[in-house]
Parts: sequence; C-alpha cells; structure tokens
Amino acid sequence: MEDRQFILSSSPHIHSGESTPRIMYSVAAALAPAIATGVYLFGLRALWVVILSVAAGLATEAGAQRVMGREVTISDGSALVTGILLALNLPPTVPWWVVIVGSAIAIVIGKQIYGGLGYNPFNPALVARVILLISFPVQMTTWLKPSPLFSRAVDAVTTATPLGAMKTHLMVKGSLEGFTMGELWNPFIGNIGGCIGETSVIALLIGAGFLLYRGYITWHIPVTFIGTVFVLSGLFWAINPDQYITPLFHVVTGGLVLGAFYMATDMVTSPLTDRGMMLFGMGCGAITIVIRLFGGYPEGVSYSILLMNAATPLIDRYFKPKTFGWRTVSSG
Amino acid sequence: MKVRCSFQGGIHPSEEKISEGTPVEDLGVPERVVVPLSQHIGAPCEATVSPGDKVKKGDRVGQATGFVSVNVHASISGVVKSIGLFPHPLGRPLPAVEIESDGEDAWADHLKSHEDYMDLSPEALKEIIRDMGLVGMGGAAFPTHVKLSPPKEKSIDTFIINGAECEPYLTADHRLMLEEAESIVAGARIAMRSLGVHRGIIAIESNKPDAIEKMTALTEDMPELEVTALRVRYPQGAEKQLIKTLLNREVPFSGGLPMDVGVIVHNVGTLSAIYKAVRFGIPLIERVTTVTGSGVREPKNLRARIGTPIKVLIEACGGFSADVGKVIIGGPMMGVGQYSLEIPVVKGTSGILVQPLSEVEEGIAHTCIRCGSCIRACPSRLMPTILAVFAQREMFDEAERYDVIDCIECGCCSYVCPARIPMVQLLRYAKAEVLARRKKAA
Repeated sequence: MEDRQFILSSSPHIHSGESTPRIMYSVAAALAPAIATGVYLFGLRALWVVILSVAAGLATEAGAQRVMGREVTISDGSALVTGILLALNLPPTVPWWVVIVGSAIAIVIGKQIYGGLGYNPFNPALVARVILLISFPVQMTTWLKPSPLFSRAVDAVTTATPLGAMKTHLMVKGSLEGFTMGELWNPFIGNIGGCIGETSVIALLIGAGFLLYRGYITWHIPVTFIGTVFVLSGLFWAINPDQYITPLFHVVTGGLVLGAFYMATDMVTSPLTDRGMMLFGMGCGAITIVIRLFGGYPEGVSYSILLMNAATPLIDRYFKPKTFGWRTVSSG
Repeated sequence: MKVRCSFQGGIHPSEEKISEGTPVEDLGVPERVVVPLSQHIGAPCEATVSPGDKVKKGDRVGQATGFVSVNVHASISGVVKSIGLFPHPLGRPLPAVEIESDGEDAWADHLKSHEDYMDLSPEALKEIIRDMGLVGMGGAAFPTHVKLSPPKEKSIDTFIINGAECEPYLTADHRLMLEEAESIVAGARIAMRSLGVHRGIIAIESNKPDAIEKMTALTEDMPELEVTALRVRYPQGAEKQLIKTLLNREVPFSGGLPMDVGVIVHNVGTLSAIYKAVRFGIPLIERVTTVTGSGVREPKNLRARIGTPIKVLIEACGGFSADVGKVIIGGPMMGVGQYSLEIPVVKGTSGILVQPLSEVEEGIAHTCIRCGSCIRACPSRLMPTILAVFAQREMFDEAERYDVIDCIECGCCSYVCPARIPMVQLLRYAKAEVLARRKKAA
C-alpha cells in the first residue's frame, strides 16, 4: 500500500446536507397551498400573476448578475421565493406590466444592488410592494370579490378588503356603529377581498406548519408579531369598542399571517438570535397596529416589517448570546 | 434508564458505530515503530537514546522537559535506527525515535509493579503516572499528572469518568468499557485517591446500553462511583459540556478550566492506562484505536503499539475498499486529515477514519443567508457566522470581543451551515491570532 494523494481539508469531515437551495425550495413548497387557494378564489388570473412574477424575477436576476459580472445563481431558489412572495402580495386585478416592474424592482433594488443574496437589508418582495403601492395606488388597491374557480357566473366583481372597508366606515361615520365585519370564518378560509396570497389563513398555516417542522422558521417572530397585534388591538378594543374593532379581526384579516410567517421570518433580513427575533416580532406588531389604527393606510404589515428590517443590525448587536461560562464569572 | 442532557446547542449526526460489535484485536509487533518525542500538549521530550542503542519494551527513549511534559517509551524491543524528523499526525514532520524490532518483544526488566497500590501516597501515584508517560487518550493528549495536580486553592469535589465517546464512528472506548471495565474502575479509584476526591461519575452516552449495564453492575458496591446515561448529542463528551450536563456547572469563559468549578475529567482509556501503569509498571506503549469508515474493508478495534505506522493498521483491516478520499486521525467531527500512511499511531490516536472519495464533502462556500443555524448549534453559545466574517476581514479585536477563544472547535457550526462556510477553520484562525496577540502583550 503505497502513499497516494489524499484530500486534506479542515474538520469537520461530514455535513448535515442542508443547503441554501433546499431551504429556498422548501419555502416555495410551503407557499403552494396559498398559491392554490389564491387561484381557486380569484381565478386563473391569479396564477398568471404568480407565473409572471416568478419568470420576471428569474430573468431579472440572471440579467443583473450577468451585467455585473457575477456568477448567475438563479437555480438557488431565492429569486423564485421572492417572485412568489411578491405575487402573493399583489391584488388579483393587477395589470401585467405592474407585475413585471415590481419583480424587477424586487431583484435589482431589493437585492442585487446590495451585493445579492445575503447582503440585502430589506425584504426584496416588500421593497417592491411598497414602491408599487406608492407609484401605482389605483392598480395596487383594486380588489376582487372571491368567486371560486369553475363556478364563476358573471365577470369579476370588485370589492374592498375588510380592513379597507372598516377604515372607510370609520372615516365616514366616525364610529364602528353599523359596520358588519361578517363571519370571521370567511377570512380564515380566504373568502374575502385582498392580495392573492394573504386572504386564506388556513392555507398559510398549513405551509407554516411545514416550515416550523423542518426548522426553517422558528416560532419566535410569528408568535410575538401576531401576539403583539392581538394584545395591542385588544387593549384598544377593550377601552373603546366603538372606535376599535376586535383583536381577532385584526389577526385574521389583511396581510398579518402572510407577513408574520413568511416575510418577517426571512432569514437574511431578520435577527440572528431567538431573543432578537422576539423583539423584532414585537416591533413589527406594534408598528402594524399604530399604522392600522392611527395611520392613513388601512394596512401596515409591509411597512412594519421593512422598518424592523432596518433595525435588525442594531438588534443583532444588542442581543449577543451570553458565551458559555459567562454567568459563572459575573456571579463570582 | 434516566438519560441526561442539559447543554445548549450541539447536533446529532448519524452515529455510524459500525465497529461497536467487534472485539478488540491485538495487532502484535510491527517491524518498526516511529515514536514521536512530542505526543502531548506541552514541551517535547529530549531523546535519551542514540542510534545503535538496544532498547527493550518499556524502556524510556524520551525524557520529559518541564512540568507540562511526559516521557515516551519504546513500544517494542529492538535497535534504535535513527532519531530525526518523521511524519506526525499534527501535519508537519517532528522529531521521533525510530526503532527496528528484534522480533523478541522483550520487556525491560526495571518495570516496577505495586500489588498494594492503593496504599501509595497521592504524590507517589502522580510520580508513577508521570514517569509512565500518561496523557489524555480521548484525543487532546494533555499530560495526565498535570490534570491530577490542581493548585491547592482549587477544591475538587467531583471526578468524571468520560465514556461518552460522542464522535460518530469511534468505538474504542466502548469496547474498552466492555472488555476492560475493571481496569477503568481501578484507574478511576487511583486517580480519585491522588486527587483526594470521593465522588466519581461514570458518564456514558445512551447508545452504549451494554457498557452502561456493565459499569453499573461493576460499581454496585462502590458508593463513591455512580453511572449516568447521557443523551446522544455531539459534543456531549467535550469536558465543558459534560460538566454542564452532569453537574449544571459552567466552566468560566476565556480560559477557565474544569478545576475552576471543582471538577476533573478523565477519559476511560486514560484510566485503564493509569491502572496498568501503577499496578504493573507498564508505561503507555499501546492503545486501542478504531479503524473504521466505508473506505476500509473490515472495520476493527485494534490494540496497536505506539509508533506503528497507520498503514499497518489499515492493512490489518483488509486494506482500502474503494478510491480513498481522506484518511482522518480521530473522528469525523474533529479529526485531522492525513497526507501519508507513514504517520504513526500516537498516544492520542482514538481512531483512523477512512473516507472513500464518494463520501468526501466538497465544501464550496456560498454567502451566508443569516439562517442562524450555527448560533443555535454552537455549544459555546458563540455567533460563528459573525466571527467568521471577523476572521475573513482580519478584525481580530472584534473577534476577541465576541469571545472567539471560547470556541472549542467541535465543528457543529460547519456541520449545519447550509452555505457550507468553513466556519471552524476561520474561527481557529482568528482564535490563534487572538491568543498570539495576548501572549505578545503579556
């Protein structure tokens, strides 16, 4: 047995097999129920929005990376996830060119100008959504009444989102008197107006369960985010139910569940440690409630997450875990 | 069976204990051995023999220099062929004594046995342990007598017998606990006597139920010794994690030692060797090591003489079974890849793992996606991903502030990293730099 060339590299010599693409494709798979429900509720136009958004995202990423002379990494699944998340955050009526513009914004301004995946401080899909919301307010807020696939009798009927309807009612009437919020079962299954992927709580929870099981998200952000929304809205509701609607309404409507489980948990733009994530979630919840109750917009989930994204580096700096053996020294 | 685990972080890779059912086989006398003069942490030995000298098994060939240093001995009888630089498991050639066998395998005649060894004073016991060249056989190879000599102001209340063997693949300690349990217990009692400690805990991971049973039965009438089953979780066998699990004490950060929390930990192999040294006067000239992995035909647990080239061990296991990628001394998590099969077995060689090319992990690193897995896996509660960035940018002050020197190099962070960033390698680099700076400043 003569000496031969052996491979020399640092320990460890085994690996868990985990990889960035595996995480990204798992997130995409977790969003499948939400996509399916969106298509079921809002028709094939919803499917086209998803396909267009993903295709434009992948094309933009490949183009941007080529222009900048970087390795093209569209197979890592991150542009796929961004494309899907953006689509799920758009109204079903959105014109095709808004989708393409949005997807390009997400990839270029949301991600590539910072250096690509891992370096972006803000959630790319949310950057795009907010820029679209400011630039094309009409196209971005025309909502459809759900009419399940294969059963549509007439052409699409527009409607308002529950949060929008409530805000309008409050502005016109000055109080919630006479506002019917309807059965909360409807938002739970998705039978309300809203973005393609945000309306069905149950579809979102199924995918979230899968991500929790796989360990790709932890409970810290979603629970503190939704919990803070519940507690704060409950507080106002308890004080003045004429002006403030029930906390459960706040939890199941709008983009909260989508945002809390899929957007705020984005690994790149959220804090690294468990305690940091909890503060992050609480911040998101508080800002959401401030915007919903006192702001001009009916909904504040996107803005809250983006604002807390900006705070992430600070949170990481502050919530450094205590090194093993630290306590022993400090106590004596 | 009550199973304990209370340290934070860690991982559970596939255990792969393929050789656990294979009894220890004696490899016998090799034609030649290369006995390195540095097989321990601390000052290297000075050779006490010259080329041409005749030596017998157990003769001292290297003399300890300083307190943190131990002797090395001839592991076969024969003639000293040369003294020079030879390949060493640490990666660079180091001084060693090369001995050619005379085929007689004769013992030196000065070996001193002690039938009434438990009547010896702690000082006498430590003297023997030092003379016999004992070091920690779990892998770190720290001189045993130093660990048994804590400063007076440190009061030690607990002695831990480490049979966790948490590295995947390795089974040498497991077999030793099954086949030589008596010597481990006797060695533990010697160590406890030399420390003046009256409480000992034998800690074994729960994937070795037969060893737990054996040890429990053996210590039934010994109130000072108890057996504890540990949850299978890497790095459960690391000293600090073991103490945390068993006693819920944390060794202070930034250079603290187990003795700072009143504990001394010894590996089962070391204790068995202590017994043989004290009872029969046999120096540390052989050890049990696991030769394993799907790259060898027949994985085995071998008792090999110190200084035997690893190719002799691999041949004894039927040779390579596939295109070999890596030959690793130690386990897959902390072991060191070797460049030559002439590397000798040393006192700290717990295993030889042969990985076929098909199993070698090709680590092409991508950018960090900040998933936080490394932070959750780190048993030292560090932030490996942040430290890796500091290391890459040579920001050593920051690395020091983030406690890089508390990294135990267990490899959990690299193991879980989806971006395959070589974190341990980067942290080891930063750690070395920070320690070098501290030394310079002192």
